[in-house]
Amino acid sequence: MKPKRRGWENAVFLAPLYLFTLVFLIGPFVYMLVLSFMTRAETWGVVQEFTLRNYARILEPLYYNTLIESLKLALLVTVLVSLLGYPFGYFMAKLPPKRRALLLLLVMIPFWTSSLMRLYGWIIIFRANGLLDKLLMALHLIRKPLKMLYTYPAVAVGMVYALLPFMMLSVYSSVEKMDWTLVEAARDLGASPAKAFLTVTLKLTMPGLMTGVILTFVPSMGLFFVADILGGNKIVLLGSVIQEQLMKVHDWPFAAALSVIMMAMTSILILLYRRITGAKEMEGMI
Amino acid sequence: MSDTILGLRDIRKSFGDTEVLRGISFAARAGEFITLLGSSGCGKTTTLRIISGLETCDSGQVLLEGRDVTDEVPEKRDVNTVFQSYALFPHMTVAENIGYGLKLKGKKKPEIRKAVAEVLELVQLPGFEERRPTELSGGQRQRIAIARAIVNAPKVLLLDEPLGALDLQLRRQMQIELKRLQKQLGITFIYITHDQEEALNMSDRIGVMKNGVFQQFGTPSEIYDRPKNAYVARFVGSANVLRGRAAYEGDTLCLESGGVRMPVLANAAPPAAGEVLTVAVRSEYVDFASETESGIPAVVKEKSFAAGMLRIALETGEGEEVIASRHGIDFDLSPGEHVRFRFRKEHALCVEAEDET
Repeated sequence: MKPKRRGWENAVFLAPLYLFTLVFLIGPFVYMLVLSFMTRAETWGVVQEFTLRNYARILEPLYYNTLIESLKLALLVTVLVSLLGYPFGYFMAKLPPKRRALLLLLVMIPFWTSSLMRLYGWIIIFRANGLLDKLLMALHLIRKPLKMLYTYPAVAVGMVYALLPFMMLSVYSSVEKMDWTLVEAARDLGASPAKAFLTVTLKLTMPGLMTGVILTFVPSMGLFFVADILGGNKIVLLGSVIQEQLMKVHDWPFAAALSVIMMAMTSILILLYRRITGAKEMEGMI
Repeated sequence: MSDTILGLRDIRKSFGDTEVLRGISFAARAGEFITLLGSSGCGKTTTLRIISGLETCDSGQVLLEGRDVTDEVPEKRDVNTVFQSYALFPHMTVAENIGYGLKLKGKKKPEIRKAVAEVLELVQLPGFEERRPTELSGGQRQRIAIARAIVNAPKVLLLDEPLGALDLQLRRQMQIELKRLQKQLGITFIYITHDQEEALNMSDRIGVMKNGVFQQFGTPSEIYDRPKNAYVARFVGSANVLRGRAAYEGDTLCLESGGVRMPVLANAAPPAAGEVLTVAVRSEYVDFASETESGIPAVVKEKSFAAGMLRIALETGEGEEVIASRHGIDFDLSPGEHVRFRFRKEHALCVEAEDET
């Protein structure tokens, strides 16, 4: 028989966890929330004066358009990453274990290098008369250099590249758990391979896909350094604006308000995720 | 035969270098309950998967109502499977699970709802439409898996050890229920099991499989009372298999072992005198010889008690194990004791030696 643990004992064991959450998660968030309703001081810092002006400013065309552009790019990147990452994760999970391990390793290796370094690699590929231009010209597909660097597609490609592994791995882990007898049962009951995939496999691996979507969508709203490096100053994303407001303009309250909006959008997405996958039903079934 | 619904003709299948099926042929009549019986690895599940189309065969033919469906995809075959693990879709309700096949056939919603309610009635789980598979017990999942298959009114229903995961009591109950369902629906059942009791209880005919071939295919009483070879005798009837030399006393075939001749029942092709002879005797028919009777000498190895029977293991001079069973626990023999055993002629069947391949 295990002795019953008393209330205060529980509290003692859980205290570090609560403390950590309070100091590093709830504290900063409350601070940011409060900050977003403050007024910016004339030169440096914040004046404790309540205002809604920071939120109103987001609706100014300059910032509003940035927000919409960021959302659009994040959406595009997420769709591309899903379309590329799902099949890859799916087939990786269906490979024999040895080759699967090799592929997993290949996916992981880039993580051992700084993502910044890898992005500089793309500059070499994308710049005028760079690798891409040379290749396409050698193949006689284009006559003049494309000058892809510092364009919207370059930023999108860079983001897809940076975020693809997260999708592949999360799809992989949920496909790997699939009970393939269920697909056989679907075929046995009269489903074509495509129909069985849509009604069974896709539905059951939805949690993996949705995890991948969140892991893609949320960062792609804020990956300002990708836009900075591959987009020059032509592509401005919400993340870049926040960084700029905080570090260069020193308008902390406005940066806080932008961050709150971004967090709100992210939270809505996560709520949607839980609604769609209904996590409970997926677990524990043979 | 005209009412043959399913026919297998010389089915062969290898996985890599392993020959799993080495020429499986049989025909199932409409409404027949056929069991493929064998221990794991005998090829019975592969046979079932080839019938359903989930596995392809290397050579041979699968005929469904006389039509060759060997190369047809599973979704085109009028055959449904009850999987060993049930394979219920966890993301669907019971009604969606059962209606899955009908929906794919393009049936209308009210029609599906009606069919689902009817089949739930049939498996004695009315009103379970909105439950999730996770909320069901093992026995209930089993019934839903059966319902999901039979609602499509297949020509043949394939059952892959459907009762394997259930406890003994529930298994007995489901045996009776499955048999009732099968009679009521008149669907041909191809049933897989490694449990000989289950096979003997339920089947019209049994195919005993080993190493990818049928050892014997026949009615339960044929299999049990007239096992064709040593394997069937041992596996289905739990019989002792004794090997010795054939000898004749007059016209009577005898087993010669340990210097003693015991008369046995000859089969269609009895061996000539001096040849190796294999005889099957069930443990309850192994008697101990009195002073005046002749018997094969043996040593008592061990005694154990199970299910109301005392099991006495003997070892003959040739090192063969023979089991004698008696009712009651009180039997005056102890390990190490020398005894002589015998059996009556009508209880000793001459069988083919075990196929060693």
